[in-house]
Amino acid sequence: MNMYAIQMIYKYEMKRAFTTIGQSFASPILSTVLYFVVFGSAIGSRIEAVDNIPYGLFIVPGLVMLAILTQSVANASFGIFFPRFTGQIYEVLSAPVSFIEIVIGYVGAAATKSLIIAGIILLTASFFVEMHIAHPVWMLAFLLLTCISFSLFGFIIGLWAKDFENLQIIPLLVITPLVFLGGSFYSINMLPPFWQTVSLFNPVVYLISGFRWSFFGVADVSVGLSLFMVALFLLACLLIVWWMFKTGYRLKQ
Amino acid sequence: MPIVSISNLSKTYNDGFQALKNIDLEIQRGEILALLGPNGAGKTTLISIICGIVNASKGTVTVDGADIVKDYRTTRELIGLVPQELALGAFEKVWDSVCFSRGLFAKKPDPAYIEKVLRDLSLWDKRNSLLMELSGGMKRRVLIAKALVHEPRVLFLDEPTAGVDVELRKDMWALVEQLRQAGVTIILTTHYIEEAEAIADRVGVINRGELLVVDEKQALMHKLGKRQLEIELASPVSELPASLSNVALEVSQDGHVLIYTYDPHKTDTGIDALMKTIAAAGLIIKDMNTVKSSLEEIFVKLIKNGGEELA
Ligand SMILES: Nc1ncnc2c1ncn2[C@@H]1O[C@H](COP(=O)(O)OP(=O)(O)O)[C@@H](O)[C@H]1O
Ligand SMILES: [Mg+2]
Repeated sequence: MNMYAIQMIYKYEMKRAFTTIGQSFASPILSTVLYFVVFGSAIGSRIEAVDNIPYGLFIVPGLVMLAILTQSVANASFGIFFPRFTGQIYEVLSAPVSFIEIVIGYVGAAATKSLIIAGIILLTASFFVEMHIAHPVWMLAFLLLTCISFSLFGFIIGLWAKDFENLQIIPLLVITPLVFLGGSFYSINMLPPFWQTVSLFNPVVYLISGFRWSFFGVADVSVGLSLFMVALFLLACLLIVWWMFKTGYRLKQ
Repeated sequence: MPIVSISNLSKTYNDGFQALKNIDLEIQRGEILALLGPNGAGKTTLISIICGIVNASKGTVTVDGADIVKDYRTTRELIGLVPQELALGAFEKVWDSVCFSRGLFAKKPDPAYIEKVLRDLSLWDKRNSLLMELSGGMKRRVLIAKALVHEPRVLFLDEPTAGVDVELRKDMWALVEQLRQAGVTIILTTHYIEEAEAIADRVGVINRGELLVVDEKQALMHKLGKRQLEIELASPVSELPASLSNVALEVSQDGHVLIYTYDPHKTDTGIDALMKTIAAAGLIIKDMNTVKSSLEEIFVKLIKNGGEELA
């Protein structure tokens, strides 16, 4: 293992986040807090409790997921796309660095940033509602798995994208709708049966459901299934990245 | 054993364009090799394959005996690359950027060595500047620093002096000399003949993906170097006398100079006979001058007839 190289890439990416602190941390956190104020406090006070959980509290896990899914994808995709775009990537490609090391560096940094964001959002939320985490270890596990798998997914997009438009189209057209329809703001049990069935095809439903279970001990779908789906998604992303590197896809002609 | 050994190397890009055709080349330890060729010849492609940026379609390359694909860690640690494009970040400090490069190559931090590299390249004063604040020339110096900071044994310079000011060019040549003294093998690509002529030990001419010739610079000029004899006449001629009509002579525009092209390696250069004929024709010689053909003319000639001249 070329530990120095992993460390360099990781540090470089982390530093980039802290030099653009507004974009990397302030903006996702602010928008989450706004959601929280609007849906949680203002409207939420008029919405009845879901599964016996006050609405303001109910949406916390979903909001965290919303933030880390979009941020993981945005950070990781930009992290690898930009050096491809400027040509700086030549340096990594010509260095004695394996593909796995490159992935660990870039994806590790993106996942770390998402974890930091999640932490800050949870902390902020605790000022508004009385936080209660039923299964803290599981909560961390879900958080970690989600950050890593969606950072990997972002990394794939960053490798695939040919231009800046490509880079934004997937988050905009795929991630955002899936997350909004994934039960961030509601329990899928509140939907008519037909839409409940449709929702089961949305992978984000499993994420949010599992994550919410770790907070409140109640879930839309079984926790085992949630974990299985997240693990499956992670595996799929790993396979795609492995294939991309093996074939040199969009990195090496 | 050569430091770099390229055998039967071909590259066809995804769009079907064949950029390299069966290249065989051995690069000796400690030499300076110039790869000379027009734009699009395949120079960057060749270098990119050796450095690991482009995959070869066919053939093998070894560096210090190690295969560039199987033993990529070994070979890449030996290699430094200064790319053709100014591919650099923007919001990074020079110092950080150089440290990043060293780390990528699995070398532990060594501030003293990095300082030396920066000083050698007149970058020390700029170590805390952001990359985007630097001029083009300074950026190129940073690229060189990034390539040298892991102490490579083989250095690739892809068009190092294209669009660079005179001062940097001089510095660059001095640096190349200094590195050679330290035993570093240097491969540079260029489409400036003067550059190859000034610093290379050997010159390879590449065109349309084919390596037309590789030879010692002197030998190349010797093999292909025709010479010209310029004979200045006391009074101009409008037309050559009949006795000179079957000699390979050109007359300058104003009729003052006769130009005779010959091969200096032949036993009979034809000069003696020419002199006698000129005297017999009654022309009076005022001055004479011989001109060697430069690498430039050799190059043009090679590219025109695809290297047949050397066969
Ligand atoms: N990624 C690529 N895809 C397709 N063709 C390419 C690619 N890169 C270079 N080429 C083509 O290969 C040829 C050689 O390019 P290059 O190696 O850059 O030449 P040089 O460095 O000698 O100017 C050119 O005709 C160029 O257009
Ligand atoms: Mg080139």
